[in-house]
Amino acid sequence: MVQAPAIQLHGVTKRYPGVVANKDVELTVETAEVHAVVGENGAGKSTLMKIIYGMVRPDAGDITIDGKPAHFRTPKDAIDAGIGMVHQHFMLADNFTVLENVVLGSEPRSGLEIDFRGATERIRQLGETYGLRLDPHQKVETLSVGERQRVEIIKVLYRGAKILILDEPTAVLVPQEVTELFESIRDLKEQGHTIVFISHKLDEVLSIADRITVMRDGRTVGTTTPAEVDARQLAEMMIGSELPSPHTKEATVQDVVLLEVSDLSLMSDTGRPLLQGISFVVHKGEIVGIAGVEGNGQAQLVDSIIGLAPGATGEIALSGTSITELSTRDRRSAGIGLIPEDRHRQGLLLSAPLWENAALGHQNKEPYAKGLWIDKKGARAQTEEIVRRFDVMTPNVDVPATALSGGNQQKLVVGREIMANPMVLIAAQPTRGIDIGAQAAVWEELKSARAAGMGILLISADLEELIGLSDAIHVLFEGRLVAKLDPAQITPEILGSHMTGAGEEKAS
Amino acid sequence: MKSGKLLTSVVAPLIAIIIAFGLAALALLLVDINPITAYKEMFVFGTSTESLIITVNNALPLFVSALAVGIGFKMGLFNIGIEGTYLIAALFAAYIGAQFSITPVLHVTAILLVAVAVGAFWAWIPAMLKVKRGVHEVIATIMLNYIAFALSAYLFLNVFKAESSSLTIATDLIPETGWIPSLNPVLGWFGIEARAGANLYGFLIIAIFLGIGYHYLVNKSRYGYDLRSSGVNAAAAHASGVDPKRMIVRTMLISGGLAGLVGIAPLLGFYHQYPQDFPRNFGFNGIAVALLGRNHPVGMAFGALLFGFMQRSSLILDLKDVPKEIVTIIQGIVVLAVVIVYEVISRYVQRRVVAAAARATEAEHATVEVAA
Repeated sequence: MVQAPAIQLHGVTKRYPGVVANKDVELTVETAEVHAVVGENGAGKSTLMKIIYGMVRPDAGDITIDGKPAHFRTPKDAIDAGIGMVHQHFMLADNFTVLENVVLGSEPRSGLEIDFRGATERIRQLGETYGLRLDPHQKVETLSVGERQRVEIIKVLYRGAKILILDEPTAVLVPQEVTELFESIRDLKEQGHTIVFISHKLDEVLSIADRITVMRDGRTVGTTTPAEVDARQLAEMMIGSELPSPHTKEATVQDVVLLEVSDLSLMSDTGRPLLQGISFVVHKGEIVGIAGVEGNGQAQLVDSIIGLAPGATGEIALSGTSITELSTRDRRSAGIGLIPEDRHRQGLLLSAPLWENAALGHQNKEPYAKGLWIDKKGARAQTEEIVRRFDVMTPNVDVPATALSGGNQQKLVVGREIMANPMVLIAAQPTRGIDIGAQAAVWEELKSARAAGMGILLISADLEELIGLSDAIHVLFEGRLVAKLDPAQITPEILGSHMTGAGEEKAS
Repeated sequence: MKSGKLLTSVVAPLIAIIIAFGLAALALLLVDINPITAYKEMFVFGTSTESLIITVNNALPLFVSALAVGIGFKMGLFNIGIEGTYLIAALFAAYIGAQFSITPVLHVTAILLVAVAVGAFWAWIPAMLKVKRGVHEVIATIMLNYIAFALSAYLFLNVFKAESSSLTIATDLIPETGWIPSLNPVLGWFGIEARAGANLYGFLIIAIFLGIGYHYLVNKSRYGYDLRSSGVNAAAAHASGVDPKRMIVRTMLISGGLAGLVGIAPLLGFYHQYPQDFPRNFGFNGIAVALLGRNHPVGMAFGALLFGFMQRSSLILDLKDVPKEIVTIIQGIVVLAVVIVYEVISRYVQRRVVAAAARATEAEHATVEVAA
């Protein structure tokens, strides 16, 4: 008898007010296969996974799990049916140990006590079987990102999941960690587990998946296998047209130094060094990339340059004039622009209208202000200009920023910073979480700003983007710049090994 | 957009008021009182010319108090210290105002300036505590209320109290040049004659200017932009160049300055001296009015008038053997209900706005595709 598919979806549709997140989705995942679901951001992957995991109920369509119809109301129902989900953003208690995190919510009891010994044993066992090595008694806060992910995987296995949904599991990993994750995934498959792998990194998908389902605009556009397609064809299925590329090769770098950072250091409140002796320059017409695994000081570096880190020591000069003593506002007025890494946290006033968002960071100068007053007319006109030039999809400039999709919000942020024409633009994760179309638009704007003589400091987790756009790349590791690389000479793999600190050891 | 604004700014408070009167009616029924009769008594008594004048008089300190709270709320700063601030400020204003006599307008101006300065100073203390030492302003301002009560009582009895042998224990009388005249003559031009004892405070004019000034400061100025963005997203405001510490100090000074003016309407319009039983609770009720009016000057004006009306019309209830505490219950429920109803409605409006934007861009998308 043929085994029923692990997951089968038929005609699944989910509408949100004004948008259809999923429409007539067809998906068949066989038991013990690695099935990738790919698509741009906003293509409906997350909604689909939330439906399978019981977090969202579909408006129409049938779901069967292992041949049985499923009507999940909560994730608990999905877990009971043997489905586990590893979220992109880890949901772990930092000050708990691995063991405590794993058992949290499903504590094994023997009598009134929690059976920690039994649980420890099981975690060890799971770890050995699937190559997910972990010390059960280590605190999560001391773990690397890759190790934390292992905790999440063990957590769902511990709850008896046979079907694992991994949501963008490689987004936060360096290449070496990705390799380890893939080994574990292969082990899991061999033991009969079914893996649903969500990603938009196509090379990875092609190397790990047995079959691939492509989503676009909320629909499933087709299912294929790695043998049938290459990355390019897959990407074209995803976006339905040709691919953009970050590459920029005509040199525009001039001799004039715009930003000079010398011996910048910063301590945490507890005295731990966050940045140590950072020195670099950005020339006119140059894009300087900062590579590094997240959490190695990128956020602190940006804060120090823009003036949000009061304890920073060292010198920062803009076009030969020291700005070390200036406030954030004065630094901005002196000619530093900022595309913050997290637009929701530092870049937008979500409930405020677009024109007020466009003014953010420039509210003290024309065209947004006249003397002591906000110039609403000027601000709206400028916002309309940004919307037009940067192709922000919005009905008008009076809707709140929250009404826009992530990509359009980002285009607005990028637009307002570039239109303000700063001497130096700090672009932190400028294309994070936006679709390929918007990504290409942002790249184009950064390139033309560079050609016009802007100095750009690019901080990105997207190695292709860094290598493609930058004129020089510095590697930030544990708060220090450990290597300066020529983008023309390196591959993402080489860059990745520098990011883990391995490159430095080899050099010394 | 327009209908969304209408929903949140008019429908929400209306629903809240209906809920509040409804629940209070239930409470009245529980103590065997016909709520319809009680409300009718209140309405009939409350809408006489004298009552309406007193309603406005009652509303003035509440309105100014709400402005003082509201400007802090706009940036997420909670100045709970209006109560103590206005007592201290009124005491100093009354004492200093009684020491000299100059031309009328100048004299009143001088007294107002004293009140503003004392109020701003009193709010400067918690601002400094927050900026320099990280003390949360709610704790600091609540505690400073008690200090203000004790300090004003001490100063009143030991330093500022008049030596004269008048019957009331109070500060010296402020010379007539320092009084704010009643607006009753103006009412007379419109043929409204009020009986003696009901004098519409001239402070009404100042309050209207304060309301307009508040609107321009909060909604039109660069400072107001910084203030509101700090309230919506402090991290984003900080990254945009707003210095949070400077913002806290400036806003607390403005809030305190406004708080200093809370007691001026009765002081310069009625008492002309600071008596031992100077009216209390404008500060705490002002917080309720600010919530009711959603920190918008027009909303707060309506909220203050509603509270002023209830305060006035409740007087009749005692005469009819209805506990007038029922009005306090209504006031409490109105505030709770408005917070909840507003939240529900604004979520609904938000969803609609987002959906409308999505539809509009979708349509745009479609036309682009057709064109291509």
